[in-house]
Amino acid sequence: MNIIVPIKQVPETNAVRMDEATGTMIRDGVVSIINPLDLYGIELAIELRERFGGRATAISMGPPKAEEALREAIAMGLDDGILLSDRAFAGADTWATAYALSQAIRKIGDYDVIICGERATDGDTGQVGPAIAAFLDLPVASYISKFEDFSEGQMRLHRLVEDGYEILQVGLPCVLTVVKEVSNPRLPTLRGKQKARKADLPVWNAADIEADPTLVGLKGSPTRVVKIHRPKVSRQCEKALANDEASTDQAVRGLLDLLEKRELI
Amino acid sequence: MSDYSGIWILAEQSAGRVLGISHELLTRGRELADKRKVPLSAVLLGNNVSEADLAELIERGADQVILAEHAELDAFRPEPHTRVMQRLVEKYHPEIIIAGATSTGRTLMPYLAVKLHAGLTADCTVLDIEPGTGNLLQTRPAIGGNILATIKTPEARPQMATVRPKSTRPAMRQAGRTGEIIREPVADDLLSSGISRVGFVKDESTANISDAKAVVAGGRGFKTSEKFKMVYALADELQAAVGASRDAVDRAWITYPHQVGLSGKTVTPGLYVAIGISGAIQHLAGMQTAETVVAINNDPDAMIFSVADYGIVGDLSEVMPVLLERLRERREAGASQSEEAGG
Ligand SMILES: Cc1cc2nc3c(=O)[nH]c(=O)nc-3n(C[C@H](O)[C@H](O)[C@H](O)COP(=O)(O)OP(=O)(O)OC[C@H]3O[C@@H](n4cnc5c(N)ncnc54)[C@H](O)[C@@H]3O)c2cc1C
Ligand SMILES: Nc1ncnc2c1ncn2[C@@H]1O[C@H](COP(=O)(O)O)[C@@H](O)[C@H]1O
Repeated sequence: MNIIVPIKQVPETNAVRMDEATGTMIRDGVVSIINPLDLYGIELAIELRERFGGRATAISMGPPKAEEALREAIAMGLDDGILLSDRAFAGADTWATAYALSQAIRKIGDYDVIICGERATDGDTGQVGPAIAAFLDLPVASYISKFEDFSEGQMRLHRLVEDGYEILQVGLPCVLTVVKEVSNPRLPTLRGKQKARKADLPVWNAADIEADPTLVGLKGSPTRVVKIHRPKVSRQCEKALANDEASTDQAVRGLLDLLEKRELI
Repeated sequence: MSDYSGIWILAEQSAGRVLGISHELLTRGRELADKRKVPLSAVLLGNNVSEADLAELIERGADQVILAEHAELDAFRPEPHTRVMQRLVEKYHPEIIIAGATSTGRTLMPYLAVKLHAGLTADCTVLDIEPGTGNLLQTRPAIGGNILATIKTPEARPQMATVRPKSTRPAMRQAGRTGEIIREPVADDLLSSGISRVGFVKDESTANISDAKAVVAGGRGFKTSEKFKMVYALADELQAAVGASRDAVDRAWITYPHQVGLSGKTVTPGLYVAIGISGAIQHLAGMQTAETVVAINNDPDAMIFSVADYGIVGDLSEVMPVLLERLRERREAGASQSEEAGG
């Protein structure tokens, strides 16, 4: 079973600081990590490869620095990594990102399953996985929470939806987007880290993936960000201290009064 | 571009019944249609859909219902649903399509946007029309709710967006409001799929958190699964759903579908009670749009207080029992009062 895992390098959100004046993110000194929700996909890919054989390859579109994410994925246990990097890719929205990734996947050619994260913690759209499937004309099973088994060319999967779990049979090749429940990501091993350090990571540009220049990057993106601002937190918290019986009683009373006033109880 | 006209909302159904998200989308759609002075259509793919529910879509603001029915469209599968939608879009040329940011909407819309070469914006909280151009302005939180970005699609049509469930009220019902129901035939060759749904495990607990009017959420402050049970007790008293921080889920005090936040669910209830939750930015991303937020935490500087309307600074082990007791008294007083009134 040959698997491709698209992963994104994102800023560590814990560390996100905003420039109050411009409303933009301060990127200096911010640590970059693998999109945490992609770790579950990486782990599932490793488990499937261990059970059914084949190769598991990470691909990432981003600046040259994104190769760190690929090396980390290899340290966890993926076999290879491919970086898509080209100035022409800059400013891509989800449409253009998925286009470039799907072109790269076409170039890799030999694949059975593509596993994406549920969403990236920076862009936070969850659109790239289904969009890759659309470009490649593949079925997409989204919000996968459990892999049950694989037999006669069909995967049996659980899909988390609003009121429960769908049980799906999905034929290969296909695209999956996975949620946290699907796996427990392992930590990189020492041997994995050594392998990652030595790994030879091909870097593909727009020409390498035979991308139509009008469809990549900002030019290929149907959407435009026209304004960015910081949401105002306008709540005034009324704080009540509860450190003994009397004050606890009073604090609770205050809460019930508020809930009654707002017709919440 | 000007051939594209009219606003569509993507209604959803399950087993022939129209789902509530459809009525919320009608609120959004009606506003846009009125601003653009164009008709509003509710598009619905399904099977054997209740006639009363279709009429209700019109009573709640749709000028038109475009219905595609087929046994194979009963359960959502991305490829057939996309192909049917694509045919409809190519026939009617709507300028805007809005769907719920549900498991269906979030999967169908990006698939469809690629096929239509259209722009799509996820999880919009505000939708508006740009004066002059008539473009759709789509505002959404990004980077864990740290910023709001306004996005537009200047050229490509249709302009597509998903909106979070519960971020608007359902459209009001106006009895006697009239409109047209158009039944579109579905060609068999659109219906093949690599996916089949072979079973379903109902888990109501996963549903009610996104749909609930009130959510009581617990975090690591509870320290043990035993103590965490107080969250359920309070939720019972408040008729609320139970939510949790990631740390509580990681400790297996509760399952993942209850997780609120960046890597869990986004909820917009009328009341959110956060207990023993610090208010990490990833948690806030999932709940800060709640109408009223209450926090109980023994650290007066906990971040959660910055998004709260009312905060109790104290030990949850002391505060919770008192709160539960007061609520119980109140309920029992209410019950005996109505008994007296009845008797
Ligand atoms: C990519 C990413 C995604 C994430 N996604 C999510 C997500 O979706 N949801 C989420 O919740 N987190 C998420 N997190 C984790 C998040 O950063 C925090 O670690 C987490 O929310 C903390 O959970 P907590 O508030 O329960 O625990 P803590 O931060 O440990 O807070 C416990 C709180 O309980 C209080 N407390 C302790 N004892 C008592 C007591 N006796 N009485 C009253 N109060 C007490 C403490 O003062 C403290 O404020 C994510 C992190 C990352 C990096
Ligand atoms: N630049 C990228 N490179 C590789 N994979 C990506 C990239 N952007 C998004 N993805 C994949 O698509 C998923 C959803 O991302 P998004 O639609 O941006 O929320 C991620 O979890 C990744 O698996």
